[in-house]
Amino acid sequence: MAARQSASSKSTSRTRKPSGPGADTYIGWYRDMLLIRRFEEKAGQLYGMGLIAGFCHLYIGQEAVVVGVQSALREGDQVITGYRDHGHMLATGMTANGVMAELTGREGGYSRGKGGSMHMFSREKQFFGGHGIVGAQVSLGTGLAFANAYREDGKVCATYFGDGAANQGQVYESFNMAKIWNLPVVYIIENNQYAMGTSVKRSSSETHLFKRGVSFNIPGEEVDGMDVNAVYEAAKKAVEHARSGKGPYILEMKTYRYRGHSMSDPAKYRTRDEVNEYREHKDPIDLAKKRILDNKFASEDELKAMEKEIKKIVQESAEFAQSSPEPDPSELYTDVLIEA
Amino acid sequence: MPAMNMLQALNSAMDVLLDKHPETVIFGEDSGYFGGVFGATQGLQKKYGLDRVFDAPINEAAIAAMAIGMAAKGLKPIAEIQFADYIFPAFDQIISEMSRLRYRSAGQFVSPVVVRSPWGGGIRGGQTHSMSPEAFFTHIPGVKVAVPSNPYDAKGMLIAASEGDDPVIFFEPKRIYNGPFDGVPDAPLSSWAKHPKGEVPEGHYRVELGKAEIVREGEACTVVTYGTLVHVAVNAAEKAGIDAEIIDLKTLAPYDIETIVASVNKTGRVVVAHEAPRTSGFGAELAAQIQEECFYALEAPVFRLTGWDTPYPHAHEWAYFPGQARFIRALQTVTEAR
Repeated sequence: MAARQSASSKSTSRTRKPSGPGADTYIGWYRDMLLIRRFEEKAGQLYGMGLIAGFCHLYIGQEAVVVGVQSALREGDQVITGYRDHGHMLATGMTANGVMAELTGREGGYSRGKGGSMHMFSREKQFFGGHGIVGAQVSLGTGLAFANAYREDGKVCATYFGDGAANQGQVYESFNMAKIWNLPVVYIIENNQYAMGTSVKRSSSETHLFKRGVSFNIPGEEVDGMDVNAVYEAAKKAVEHARSGKGPYILEMKTYRYRGHSMSDPAKYRTRDEVNEYREHKDPIDLAKKRILDNKFASEDELKAMEKEIKKIVQESAEFAQSSPEPDPSELYTDVLIEA
Repeated sequence: MPAMNMLQALNSAMDVLLDKHPETVIFGEDSGYFGGVFGATQGLQKKYGLDRVFDAPINEAAIAAMAIGMAAKGLKPIAEIQFADYIFPAFDQIISEMSRLRYRSAGQFVSPVVVRSPWGGGIRGGQTHSMSPEAFFTHIPGVKVAVPSNPYDAKGMLIAASEGDDPVIFFEPKRIYNGPFDGVPDAPLSSWAKHPKGEVPEGHYRVELGKAEIVREGEACTVVTYGTLVHVAVNAAEKAGIDAEIIDLKTLAPYDIETIVASVNKTGRVVVAHEAPRTSGFGAELAAQIQEECFYALEAPVFRLTGWDTPYPHAHEWAYFPGQARFIRALQTVTEAR
């Protein structure tokens, strides 16, 4: 995705056509979102079949956020997030095979089965996890940004967290440090409106989470996280701000997860109507598809062919995740300390 | 008496406490409206209102800190940390404030907080949803550490913990919330309804902290353990045909050394077992204390059966967890040693 983005990275709002991003960009977004959705649906199936054990948090509904942000990043920029992380990994270009095999705890997984759904990494893609402790990654991402600034390497760290994590104290310790040192970090709050079963309204005195930066002098804005183009435009501005040395930026992505918090959550804390409203009228993939067809960027048949190709990738990943061997018992003791 | 699983028993304990003591308040992440991630507080907010059973933001440090302040001012807070693995942001508050308030104020203030937290592995939770961090807390003078292993004890111990005047870290073995576990991962789930300790009185009763229980009498060796492994131990002894005496420690700080010493002096052989890693685990404390008190009665080295010195693995959970096969080998090792 980085490659596709770099082709248009020099275009500005003055040079771009008023209709917004071009065909290639939109089709790329659509493809990446669809890959995440089909991957997550398959992960849900494998979980139901008992092939994925433990915890599994699906990203379905929120795809526009990672796909839009990723296309505003450059190669070498870091990404770090919490436990709802499969979409972020696919967006960075990590393979479906490697992610799915980690979910099933196999040798071919990104952490060789040691981490599982919530804990995997890719040095190649500069993906720093995958963290199971709510909010812990916010301070880590700020530290990554410190390293970028120290090295003056022009890299930005995209640090994702949810509306639940936004109440963790260390988030504010991190905001303060990021601003006093003007670190190149973009804080992306994925406000899907529920911290497991607790709505933002019941957990937060100020529910406009982008305003949380005000007392640290960190600019922020609210973004329609169901519209991939709106996400991209906002992320582009925020990333440029961070990269230019002006310090951190907060983006509050208003989004929605269709499934429960995890596989064991029947989501009784919200109404079926509320969920259906998003699924039927605000779905990020449907919206992108409509724009593609309205602008004649691609035909229905071309999109169908793409869907078929994605289905194949996902199917292959499911097969790989079952055929990849279980990690060797000797792996239990490796990677605890550096080996002599 | 009604049959309850551990969650129902804990819920019943909190119901009793809220009803009997107006100073009892219950809060934590998703503890109110949602009723707890595992459902332990279900229905309590509806019954007792938002002032007494409520949701906290995801702020473990502040949850612990708030509870200390409430308790210092006479309330009896029961704070839930959603998984024991999440307790570390609260560690400073527990060590520096909760455990020392009584000492520092020369008894003028106390912090009788109960911190409830689902604990232990066996549910494929990986590194951040499986830990047994009890040894960190047994190392803090000034807090009690309790780990019930069945519904009857869970209710009685939680009531005793909250009615006491000391802070208690109350770890709940989540693997056995819904039924005892014999340490064989693929075996069908057993039910508390078939277990004698699944019978739980409706009303108020206490199981005092600090007292262990011999859950199986025997002559061949002693097993000292707690939580999920109590059931694994009993089943392993039966399966291996080894006449082990099995002690459910129940409270780790302060722990019941008298019961242990009497048993080890009788059997001369001992396995101490826990899920947490081996090095500096609570088993190290038990082994050291047993050799101090029972040195001349011992006929074999004290055997530590533990998780390994690794992060809690995902794929290798059943290699890490001291399940039935490893338990049987441990019993054979200590009983066969000459």
